[in-house]
Amino acid sequence: MKKSLAAKVLLTAAVAAGTAMQAQAHRAWILPGATVLSGDDPYVTFDAAVSNTIFFPDHVALRIDGLQVRGPGGESLALENASRGRYRSTFDLQLKEEGTYKVSTASAGLRAFWRDADGKRHMWPGRGKTADDSEFDSAVPRDAKDLRVYRGSRRIETFVTAGAPSDDVFASTGVGLELVPVTHPNDLYAGESAQFKLLIDGEPAQDAEVVLVPGGSRYRDSQEEITVKSDGAGLFSVTWPAAGRYFMEAEYEDDKAAAPATRRRGQYAATFEVLPL
Amino acid sequence: MRKKLSGKSKAVALLGALLASGWAQAQSLQLSIEIPRLKVAEYHNPYVAVWLEDESRNATQLAVWYDLGMRNDEGEKWLKDLRQWWRRGGRAMDVPVDGITSATYGPGEHKLKVALDREELAALEPGNYRLRVEAAREVGGRELVDIPLTWPLDKSALPLTGRGESELGNIRIALTD
Repeated sequence: MKKSLAAKVLLTAAVAAGTAMQAQAHRAWILPGATVLSGDDPYVTFDAAVSNTIFFPDHVALRIDGLQVRGPGGESLALENASRGRYRSTFDLQLKEEGTYKVSTASAGLRAFWRDADGKRHMWPGRGKTADDSEFDSAVPRDAKDLRVYRGSRRIETFVTAGAPSDDVFASTGVGLELVPVTHPNDLYAGESAQFKLLIDGEPAQDAEVVLVPGGSRYRDSQEEITVKSDGAGLFSVTWPAAGRYFMEAEYEDDKAAAPATRRRGQYAATFEVLPL
Repeated sequence: MRKKLSGKSKAVALLGALLASGWAQAQSLQLSIEIPRLKVAEYHNPYVAVWLEDESRNATQLAVWYDLGMRNDEGEKWLKDLRQWWRRGGRAMDVPVDGITSATYGPGEHKLKVALDREELAALEPGNYRLRVEAAREVGGRELVDIPLTWPLDKSALPLTGRGESELGNIRIALTD
């Protein structure tokens, strides 16, 4: 089949747009098999993936080598039976102490976009590469055209509790966009409302865009998203329409970035389980 | 959750309860809980929790029936399936608890007697409560039955009754000597 140049260009544009949209829609999540546990030293199993459909591993496994697990007493836990498949990673944790555990992966760093003298686009770090802020000066031409420098952060989390819930793991690190629960994230029930607080670099994150998507999106026509914005104190509330597992994503951006960045960006994602009353 | 009251205020609360109701000291709260016989391929006795809950959702634990006989306390792994009870104090309890926990029961009517002068009941403030009975069965269903009541119990209003539809049958609250 012969294609005209115009058609080819259109096709390329459509493919590029499709990829861009997909890249944006991809959601990274860590999903516990259960969030509320009883008994002695219970085990919890986890799946971790990057996917379009909540919570179906349909794109790529989430890298779990940088995963951090904090126990109720502040101790660090090692993953058990960790394995990385094509579409998802899995691991187990044994909750030997009563209280709430946080499983998270986080990264932060500079990111720059510019055009060279020929108008060609550049970015640093390159796609799929990790930024090392100390290389910024040598890698990024400061006088480049359309230079935009972001200080970005990304965090993916989930919580599980053995016995009575505790609050120690919610302490802010002061880096990036973080969630500080007001309502305990392992005490969520259908029909009830829960409140959370978002912090950017340890300060309230105002006007962060929050999207919540219930699990099982493969079995319905719409995303059934809940969208909400954080207020001046970084607070937002959600009333859970039904029991199930929810994916939450929050995005924040402002111009209060430390040099050489001019914009500050934060992304946060978490998984919650809501139980029936 | 147990209310921590000093000996003196406990005594005052008990005296108040006695004066208000004219209950004889030896009286007991008598609960009758029916577990229905079910025609299912795989049947296990349900886990059952019984508690009084005030309007601020504070719970006074009366009974928890669960599988005590399993190796390595494996039976405790399923206590969270009594999910309202778990939230209303179960998760803060260090089971087994004398006078509250016991083994599970099969189908039939089971009587539970709690002396009114037992610490937890004697310390109850007068007011509106719910008796809550929750049952959860392995590879089966789960049900929660609420019976509203005022404390101290008004003798003329007794017995109070409620009824489950799946995992619980008739539930009855009475006083007995």
